[in-house]
Amino acid sequence: MIYMETANSVFDSEEQQHAAIQRLSYAFELQRRDFLKVIGGGVLVCLAVKNAVTQESGHIHHGASDEDLLQSIAAWLHVSEDGTVTVFTGKVEVGQNIRTSLGQQVAEELRVPLSSVQLTMADTELTPFDMGTFGSRTTPIMGRQLRTVAVAARNLLIDMAAQQLHTDRNTLLAAYGKITDPKSNRTISYGEITKGQQLTRVIGDDPAETPTSNWHIAGASTPKVDAHAFVTGQHKYTPDVVRPGMLYGKVLRPPAFHAKLVYLNGSDAKKISGVKVVRDGEFVGVVAHDEYTATKAAQALRAKWDWPPQLRDSQLFDHLRSKSEQGSGEHNLHVTGDVQKAFAAANKTLTKTYTVAYIAHSPLEPRAAVAEWSSDKLTVWTGTQRPFGVQEELAEAFRIPKPKVRVIVPDTGAAYGGKHMGDATVEAARLAKAAGVPVKLIWTREEEFTWAYFRPAGVIDIKAGATSEGKISAWEFHNYNSGPAGIGTPYEIPNQHIQFHPADSPLRQGSYRGLAATANQFVRESAMDELAHELALDPLEFRLKNLTDTRLRAVFEAAATKFGWGREKSSPMRGFGVAGGVEKGGYVGTCAEVEITTRRDVRILRVVEAFECGAIVNPNGLRNQIEGSIVQAIGGALFEAVHFDNGRILNPHFARYRVPRFSDTPQIEVEMLDRKDLPSAGAGETPIVGLAPAIGNAIFAATGIRLRSLPMIPQGLPQSENVP
Amino acid sequence: MAIPLLVNGTEQRVDASSDEAVLTVLRDRLGLTGTKYGCGEGQCGACTVLLDGKPVRSCRLPLGTAIQKKITTIEGLAQGDRLHPVQEAFLRAEAFQCGYCTSGMIMSAVALLEKNPRPSSQEIVQHMNGNICRCGTYPRIVAAIRDAASGKR
Repeated sequence: MIYMETANSVFDSEEQQHAAIQRLSYAFELQRRDFLKVIGGGVLVCLAVKNAVTQESGHIHHGASDEDLLQSIAAWLHVSEDGTVTVFTGKVEVGQNIRTSLGQQVAEELRVPLSSVQLTMADTELTPFDMGTFGSRTTPIMGRQLRTVAVAARNLLIDMAAQQLHTDRNTLLAAYGKITDPKSNRTISYGEITKGQQLTRVIGDDPAETPTSNWHIAGASTPKVDAHAFVTGQHKYTPDVVRPGMLYGKVLRPPAFHAKLVYLNGSDAKKISGVKVVRDGEFVGVVAHDEYTATKAAQALRAKWDWPPQLRDSQLFDHLRSKSEQGSGEHNLHVTGDVQKAFAAANKTLTKTYTVAYIAHSPLEPRAAVAEWSSDKLTVWTGTQRPFGVQEELAEAFRIPKPKVRVIVPDTGAAYGGKHMGDATVEAARLAKAAGVPVKLIWTREEEFTWAYFRPAGVIDIKAGATSEGKISAWEFHNYNSGPAGIGTPYEIPNQHIQFHPADSPLRQGSYRGLAATANQFVRESAMDELAHELALDPLEFRLKNLTDTRLRAVFEAAATKFGWGREKSSPMRGFGVAGGVEKGGYVGTCAEVEITTRRDVRILRVVEAFECGAIVNPNGLRNQIEGSIVQAIGGALFEAVHFDNGRILNPHFARYRVPRFSDTPQIEVEMLDRKDLPSAGAGETPIVGLAPAIGNAIFAATGIRLRSLPMIPQGLPQSENVP
Repeated sequence: MAIPLLVNGTEQRVDASSDEAVLTVLRDRLGLTGTKYGCGEGQCGACTVLLDGKPVRSCRLPLGTAIQKKITTIEGLAQGDRLHPVQEAFLRAEAFQCGYCTSGMIMSAVALLEKNPRPSSQEIVQHMNGNICRCGTYPRIVAAIRDAASGKR
């Protein structure tokens, strides 16, 4: 079991939430002989999961002749004749720093310096199938799998060394990429051991790892492995990829969603030297020798469109509630006890409605692709979290078999859950097919803000009841559209009715860092604060009174101690707030201090966040993720919102869509609890969930104004409470 | 007609329209892809280069206005293998995650320290506020700039 079992876990799978990733089949297209050709001599160890081979897990299987086996391979690792270790994984690097943290884990188990480990990531032709990089799964699942492969490789190398040195394997020591026989003091390097070999081993998913308490390379702060390439501008992101004869593409976008093209005149565009206009059904684009000309050509296209009337943002929340599923399936419902009875018996009850807006991921690297056809084969470079999903999208779009599509993902300029789909690749590939040469397509910021998908908006109803002693007795929670992640409560509540209601979303929506956990935990932790206020209890004391989960208590207490909770009382100009939660195996406790300025604006002065995700793999990398999550969370908490009307996005520019900047950044203090006794969980998402409620609670503590909409203060503080 | 440019100390001639943005000239015509497109609107700072030592948004800078001026990009900062102190400081502070904003951040920071070798934190924030890091590494970037400044004493 990878995830910690919490009340949330019945809901929290990302596949459930988004159709975006529902159509995947578990597939592995490459023939074994092909990848052996690619990597040459040495030792190859593959990890097979989930089928017959794992019934004999723990054993090394000699000779992986069965092609079926390859259907289930999750990762592989190669030790070459020069001692280089290459790890192959379908995961992508989007700034979460797994190229480093996964490498650390392999280096640890294989007993080699990190510098001799290379990761080949996210290339559908070279790496094993992977569902995608999301859901904070890389660390708990891929990390463990790679450690398992590395252990098997080390054992294999020791076996081979024992044979070559004519000695007992149990006397041999592996360290620094060498195997030493302490008795004879003979040493043989991994590269030497593998000389002249082309060995393949397939192993089951049965870890025999170094205990985390004995880690040396993993568990230690390690600089990003290729950091130098980033500070010198040498790293090649997708928009930097250049292919021979490449042209630049632009796509004609409709003026509104769901628009139909009724008229197109491309004659002005075609007059521009070197421009080709491409039309295929509703799809219209241009290619040119440079981006400048392509942009001019796209602007020269004359088109007319028809589109149906569509909602405006002020109608959104009524729409979501009215167009939602009431009696949805059991997987969206969690019931214990009898809430109705419990509400009738409660001393205090609270009934409130909260809302959350659509927000945009706006990664700084926009969606982009370079597509190249050679005869019937398509190769695409793109920044995506789902290389194999994009491969499938392309295969479907062009009606070609998946093996004819290769998707390569350069380390990408962030994603935050926003890069699950391959739209830009389909567009670039269509243009490239028409042009007969490779085509690069980089979405503009406006396209990015309009044609990407959004974090779901939502309406959340909360009803809570408590006894006069401050014990929560009943909890009824309904989320309309925003999503089921983190919808449960970690507090001890005997009577619960928790339900997610899927609804008709007027805008295209999908994954976002932390999914709906941000919205659900904002509501839960705000409502906890409202209850504490009703009961005249300190908000932290009230939480701890209703909480037995020791890991969550620990982060609350750590944050509170570092923050100095209770040392100072909130005043009209200064407020203190606390919030916390658990999601995807990560435990977060957040305290915040805000200042109410004389212009009735809110300034976040200080945030203290305690975080625990089991054994820490890379402390400085983790700290970076936590700090970054806090900063990114400020946007959704205070001012980010997508505005729309009749199929148009009204603020598709950074000038009108405010994201956190240097001046919004408070003093941030991070406390990381390292639980070496527990398996490592992912940490790229959950540190984001604590900030919004901690800020909202701090604003309430200062002003008495309870803000129940995310973002909370798009136009500064309201004069009074905004009851929806 | 070829337009003469001075980029990272080297004279270049580019065959481009004088109203084309310096950003695409650098990236697509001169192969200097370290300078990034982030918004094309001068709002995010990812495309920051130095024009005669001053930070400018190359996405909004027409080629024609850069003639006779010295353009410095991220590729032109290091002296051979020796990184610029700001690059070194970014490495020490690990002031990046995805790294896409890093070139622009470093160029803006270099310009700041040229003008003000010992900036206060407030001055750093004020100067850097036009550069966006969506990964949220602002505290590390401020720390890196302070670190680079202290090395210059």
